[in-house]
Amino acid sequence: MQGFGPVGHSPAEPAFPHPWEAAARALMAVVSDAVDASGGEFRHSIERMDPGHYLTSSYYEHWLTAAATLAVEHGLVTRSELEARAGGWFPLSGPVLAPPVADAGPDVDEPRFGPGDRVRVRDWHPPGHTRCPRYVRGKAGVVVRVDGIHSVPDVEAHGAARRHEPTYSVRFDAADLWGDGQRGVSVHVDLWDSYLERP
Amino acid sequence: MSADGHHHPAPMSPVEQRVAALEALLTERGLVPEGFIEEITHRYESEIGPMNGAKVVARAWADPGYRRRLLADGTAAIAELGFGGAEGDHMVVVENTPAVHNVIVCTLCSCYPWPVLGLPPAWYKDPPYRARMVREPRAVLAEMGCQLPDGAEIRVWDSSAEVRYLVLPERPPGTEGMTEAELAGLVTRDSMIGVARL
Repeated sequence: MQGFGPVGHSPAEPAFPHPWEAAARALMAVVSDAVDASGGEFRHSIERMDPGHYLTSSYYEHWLTAAATLAVEHGLVTRSELEARAGGWFPLSGPVLAPPVADAGPDVDEPRFGPGDRVRVRDWHPPGHTRCPRYVRGKAGVVVRVDGIHSVPDVEAHGAARRHEPTYSVRFDAADLWGDGQRGVSVHVDLWDSYLERP
Repeated sequence: MSADGHHHPAPMSPVEQRVAALEALLTERGLVPEGFIEEITHRYESEIGPMNGAKVVARAWADPGYRRRLLADGTAAIAELGFGGAEGDHMVVVENTPAVHNVIVCTLCSCYPWPVLGLPPAWYKDPPYRARMVREPRAVLAEMGCQLPDGAEIRVWDSSAEVRYLVLPERPPGTEGMTEAELAGLVTRDSMIGVARL
């Protein structure tokens, strides 16, 4: 998505400009710990926010909304309790749209690609969590680094199953991504093995 | 002071009311350890921050052997100075030169190397930076006042998996006689994100 205007840059600021932001951060840690949320489940609970709310609320309001959502979904609190205490509407994230992952499939222990290899990103649109940015799907690039074996977020966000795969840093020419002829610019994106195919 | 002569605290905003509601319910269930929110605040306001990354950069400028180790294995070299932990377990350091300018972003959320830079600034987490730094980095850097050498190549690093990046800025000219501590004082947070040059 584009059209957001200039970056609202500041050279330095406190970690938590408002005390409630530190509390929101701490409460997310409390909930994540209590429900044993994976990194993928945590990120997906933010991504499931209503898009209008997401774009018009600040970073720690995202964390608050996600923490409350996970707390309700895992039975720590109820929405009506939250709304009674807050004295009004308590927006939560939307439901998980992807089915639970029952069988994660086998781990990938050996990298399929190495530095210099040309790869293409799968062009697919999963209904659940993924760490494959939309702007590189279907695009070809070159592997510049192999970064070890890591849990696949698409799997860990949707149940207890886990699959581990190598990740790669893939270099894309910006002109290939955007078709605008910009020169001397590359964008490197870190991608799991199953996001990639041979071009 | 209000008209009746008593002090009234500002009314809570809706988001503050929601935080208070969740905090109260989780506390009643015994899930919030005593002092936990204060501990989180202290940790991220006082213990980690760009002062750590500045020490790494200054050491790399002062010690060529350290610089080589830092570029070869960022996590291990950063650990030599005592920094590491969450969001710093897989560090890659990318080096600026007169011909190459590096800049880091997280388009999907807000991934950032906490042990060396602290928590990310608000603008790093907001949509304009995340959307535009991969789409038109030359324009965004120019808007942010980052002057690149003529003909410099731009390398954008989107932290979309487990690696977190740190930019090693170029050592400014005229700093030959400086101590490592003096050098660290020159290094800004923005230069280690890659939205400024020194």
